Amino acid sequence: MSGGLEGRELTLAYDGRVVAERLDALIPEGSFTAVVGANACGKSTLLRALARLMRPRAGTVLLDGRAIHSIPTKEVARRVGLLPQGVVAPDAITVEDLVARGRYPHQGILRQWSRGDELAVRAAMRATRVGDLAERPVEELSGGQRQRAWLAMVLAQETPFVLLDEPTTFLDIAHQVEVLDLCAELHEREGRTLVAVLHDLNHACRYATHLIAMADGGIVAEGDPTEVVDAALVERVFGLRCKVIEDPESGTPLVVPAMRGRAAAGR
Amino acid sequence: MTAALRIPPRSVGVGLALSATLLALLVVSVGTGEFEIPPGDVVAALAGQGDRSTEFVVETLRLPRALTGALVGAALGIGGAIFQSVTRNPLGSPDIVGFMQGAAAGAVLEIVVLGGGAFAIAAGSVVGGVGAAALVYVLAYRGGVTGYRLVLVGIGISAMLIAVTDYLLTRSTLDQALAAQVWLTGSLNGRGWEHVRPVAAGLAVLLPVAALLARPLRTLELGDDAARALGVPVERARLALIAVAVALTAIATASAGPIVFVALAAPQIARRLTRVAGPGVGCAALTGAVLLVGADFLSQRLFGDVQLPVGVVTGVAGGAYLAWLLAHEWRRGAG
Repeated sequence: MSGGLEGRELTLAYDGRVVAERLDALIPEGSFTAVVGANACGKSTLLRALARLMRPRAGTVLLDGRAIHSIPTKEVARRVGLLPQGVVAPDAITVEDLVARGRYPHQGILRQWSRGDELAVRAAMRATRVGDLAERPVEELSGGQRQRAWLAMVLAQETPFVLLDEPTTFLDIAHQVEVLDLCAELHEREGRTLVAVLHDLNHACRYATHLIAMADGGIVAEGDPTEVVDAALVERVFGLRCKVIEDPESGTPLVVPAMRGRAAAGR
Repeated sequence: MTAALRIPPRSVGVGLALSATLLALLVVSVGTGEFEIPPGDVVAALAGQGDRSTEFVVETLRLPRALTGALVGAALGIGGAIFQSVTRNPLGSPDIVGFMQGAAAGAVLEIVVLGGGAFAIAAGSVVGGVGAAALVYVLAYRGGVTGYRLVLVGIGISAMLIAVTDYLLTRSTLDQALAAQVWLTGSLNGRGWEHVRPVAAGLAVLLPVAALLARPLRTLELGDDAARALGVPVERARLALIAVAVALTAIATASAGPIVFVALAAPQIARRLTRVAGPGVGCAALTGAVLLVGADFLSQRLFGDVQLPVGVVTGVAGGAYLAWLLAHEWRRGAG
């Protein structure tokens, strides 16, 4: 069986409210996959299901060909890491302490702290450039630094799959780019499979190697962003009229929303 | 750095300093009273080298009281540390969220309505405390328990239980009311070896369990989703932690009455001393022991011949601390 993360025929529901029905989603191994869609289209829910944080009402999530809910949770945690949305660090915790807590699935009663843990924590802090902040309390950091520290926590988990639920929300544009640059770097250098729910379609186009566009709990398009993103898709997914041009920096699709009333007149 | 991630050296130092303080407090409080014994003689008596009358005073009269204080304080310190960490809230302490009030209601019910002896009163308090905890957990449960909901439901249940206790007191005779009031204040007066043994046995069982659960607890502090993603069975771990904390609080309350403030303050004081985030179970236990033995020492000496129950001292200190805590949290916008 090949390694991979895949949802098959997923029906996802919260307290009886069905968010998605019979959804198939495949995360290509080695990709940087971005999941995009309008608010409440089910993109975060899909991510939670892939991370076994919610149990699908029907269907299965397969991790390396096995049903994820049949695998011991600690074993899953050594394969799939997740940075949830809107995390809050415990009071007075330092960056280093936070990152070290990412080693939980590698530890046990008899194996409390090892050289391997040490190295993983150092490597994660180096990769996210929070080494200089190690002794600082997380609550004193800027938004971007704080998100980098949390990212380091997830990286220290040393999982081949890293899932990120809206990692750039609440950050200003410079910090958004900083975090996404870092994600791209991790994807290229460390060869991890990244899956990020992103708000900004232009960011998704620029950074992702694979795009999953969702609307009303279903996947409406998936593939290389350069191939799948056009004005028709944006209108379908976001209900937004726009022009899609080439990003002068990266050559990827760039969505430019139409001005009110102008789009119809200009045709 | 390796050491910093296992047990920070500062925590080891704080732990040793607290242990030394506790030992000194024990020796001093065993040595003072109507019959003064110099510290050297206390130590000699403990080692079996003292004269017979000194040994009698030390080992039969004063040591059990001091030890009960230390063990009850430690149990409350750990119970408070676990609770505040599970609820992610410094107010999530057993003496705020209804368990002690449940224990009080149970004990007073036993005293006023059922008329049981000392053992029955202790049993009534355990049943009341555990019952209140179960009620708060069930009412706060909605596909899982979040800290804030637990604290709010707990405060509500706590208020109702205080009303139950007050109602029972209005139905009681003067003697019953007096007995109930002594119990309700929380006291270490007249504690003997029969009080030391159950708390010691309870701690011997529950302390290792608490230590085993400390790692999942530290991970739970990152929030439910992050903890689940890291491989913690969140609801199961939380239920086990609450059970341990409730058991510790129940044993402590059965031995000394509902002593407030120690469970609330010990973990916070320990955290400020060690400067480490998270539930330092060991240091919280030691801080709780120091606080209670210290408070008992003061309650016996402050007003000359008038001996106050220790609960009065912790109550006054606790009220001031709670006011400060609320003001502080309020200002941070977390209240």
